[in-house]
Amino acid sequence: MTRSVPRPLDTPVAQLRAMQLIRSFEMRVDALFAAGELRGTSHLAVGEEATAVGVCAALTPDDYLTSTHRGHGHFLARGGDPRRIMAELFGKVTGYAEGRGGTQHMADYSLGFLGMNGITAGMMAIATGAAFSARYRKSGQVAAAFFGDGASNQGTFHEALNLAAIWALPVVFVCENNLYAMSSPACAMLHIANIADRAAAYGIPGVVVDGNDVTAVHDAMAAAAARARRGDGPTLLEAKTYRVLGHSRGDLCVYRTRDEEAAWRETDPVAGYAATLLADGTLDAAAWVALQEDVTREVADAEAFARASALPEAMVV
Amino acid sequence: MRRDPNVLLIGEDIGQYGGAFGVTRGLIDEFGPERVVNTPISEGGFTGMAVGAALTGLRPVVEYMFMDFITLALDQIVNHAAKFRAVYGEQAQVPIVFRAAGGAGRSYGATHSQMFEGWFMHVPGLKVVAPSTAEDAKGLLISAIRDDGPVLFVEHKDLYKVRMPLPETSAPIPLGTARVVREGGDVSILTYSKMVHTAAIAAAELAKEGISAEVIDLRTLRPLDTDAIAASVQKTGRALVVTEAMGHAGPATEIAATVMDVAFDYLNAPIVRLTPPDCAIPFSPTLEQKIIPSVQEIVTAARNMM
Ligand SMILES: Cc1ncc(C[n+]2csc(CCOP(=O)(O)OP(=O)(O)O)c2C)c(N)n1
Ligand SMILES: [Mg+2]
Repeated sequence: MTRSVPRPLDTPVAQLRAMQLIRSFEMRVDALFAAGELRGTSHLAVGEEATAVGVCAALTPDDYLTSTHRGHGHFLARGGDPRRIMAELFGKVTGYAEGRGGTQHMADYSLGFLGMNGITAGMMAIATGAAFSARYRKSGQVAAAFFGDGASNQGTFHEALNLAAIWALPVVFVCENNLYAMSSPACAMLHIANIADRAAAYGIPGVVVDGNDVTAVHDAMAAAAARARRGDGPTLLEAKTYRVLGHSRGDLCVYRTRDEEAAWRETDPVAGYAATLLADGTLDAAAWVALQEDVTREVADAEAFARASALPEAMVV
Repeated sequence: MRRDPNVLLIGEDIGQYGGAFGVTRGLIDEFGPERVVNTPISEGGFTGMAVGAALTGLRPVVEYMFMDFITLALDQIVNHAAKFRAVYGEQAQVPIVFRAAGGAGRSYGATHSQMFEGWFMHVPGLKVVAPSTAEDAKGLLISAIRDDGPVLFVEHKDLYKVRMPLPETSAPIPLGTARVVREGGDVSILTYSKMVHTAAIAAAELAKEGISAEVIDLRTLRPLDTDAIAASVQKTGRALVVTEAMGHAGPATEIAATVMDVAFDYLNAPIVRLTPPDCAIPFSPTLEQKIIPSVQEIVTAARNMM
């Protein structure tokens, strides 16, 4: 496997570009599923781009992160190659897992990206272990674990938080509270307003942040990562966001209203951040158009690469 | 642990207390709490944590106080540790040993006596080891720790108290190799873990009746040493499989099927599986002794195959 380098996310425009890349990539994947060109399923991160990018922007190149079933955005933000992600979705040998993994199972250890996974909350324990090992090796690395509101009801969540807390492990648990776990609204499955409130049970800080504001996410994550790196232990960071598309392919979203969806579209993290950068003069209109075109080209190139790649010939056991 | 600073122990009450069966006694004095990590009662959590540590450069040895409690860690072992290499590729190495104290014989009852190795034999990506002697335990544990993939290491709690010779050498014993405990020509007794000792006594009894039994300690259950099984059964023409694990869809069934694969043409009698009856392990010492394959049952089964 070739070595990759994490995506530089140190400027506002780089962060905007990463968010636009996730948006464009996910919308294309959605279209490919609708057209029957991709098999299986996928869980798309449209509307949640700011969380992925804000968190990754606060990590150093040596840090670890673990992802979820909804991981394309996390991977792209960290520096995953859109060509090889798309190739994996097409089940091609050039994909990250050479066709064995699919949408939920990709990793790149040279990026510290320890993997997406199809088991809800499972990787929270793995990230805790990466943090344990970082501390053991005195490497100064921090681990970030993405998970959802639904995952916070698994035993793994509670066990991982307790272990990380008692040993002050350098891990940040990043909850992407997108208000739903499949069809189940968080308000029906949790008896508290904020998942971050659960931090109190483990004696660690719980922080709520606007998950659609990339700068707010970055700042909160940077503070949590610095705390972890200092040896002060884990943080439970809850990013409030919204899953704009269905849970997975073919979800008609019968469990929520179109009005609610429309209201959330108003808070679009990508358009919102572009507007901010246009308003404060960081970006001019022509550059924004060029950026979007450039990203569209990159996604088209990824798709062309995936299509041109070969299917695996035999299962390598 | 002296040889490799990245080897560490993780488990419940394994520090000063030395573990429920004293296996780690004294280790915390030499290696400290950083390397002998006492955990909360949190099998799923600390297993996943150990897997994450293994992925990122360490070689954890995880202890399950009783094998029965490994049920709480199945997700991390089966869905995580065993799969990472398959789905993420070569970059994802999981050098980890899951040590579990299994087996009945001490009247610990239904939730503290089980042998679950059969479940794990079913999982691609795992190796499963179950030694019967101190020497094998040492050599196989060294191999398991040095192995770059996940290994389930089944220790029989009834063997902890048995004194056995232990050589000074630290020669690893390769995983996947069986051992001929006693040579014989009439019937192969295929077994592992504590049942090896029962089978050896039975073989001595059988010899008095003029029946020459060969006892094979399989030692590793995944991968099975099919060559050793083939060599023995092709010679004796009879296979008696003895396990303490349940028979239905259990290890004995897989071993018997392997005999069919490699020695069918040589068989002079149907394969016999001797296992406990399908039941929860009973508490009462008399009942417990009744369900575990005994010397007498092995002798009778072998005799009936002649
Ligand atoms: C152990 C386990 N149980 C159930 C599922 C099925 N499942 C996949 S995603 C999901 C919802 C997860 O919700 P959440 O954690 O909020 O993440 P989101 O999908 O909203 O990003 C469910 C129930 C699973 N993959 N793994
Ligand atoms: Mg959710």
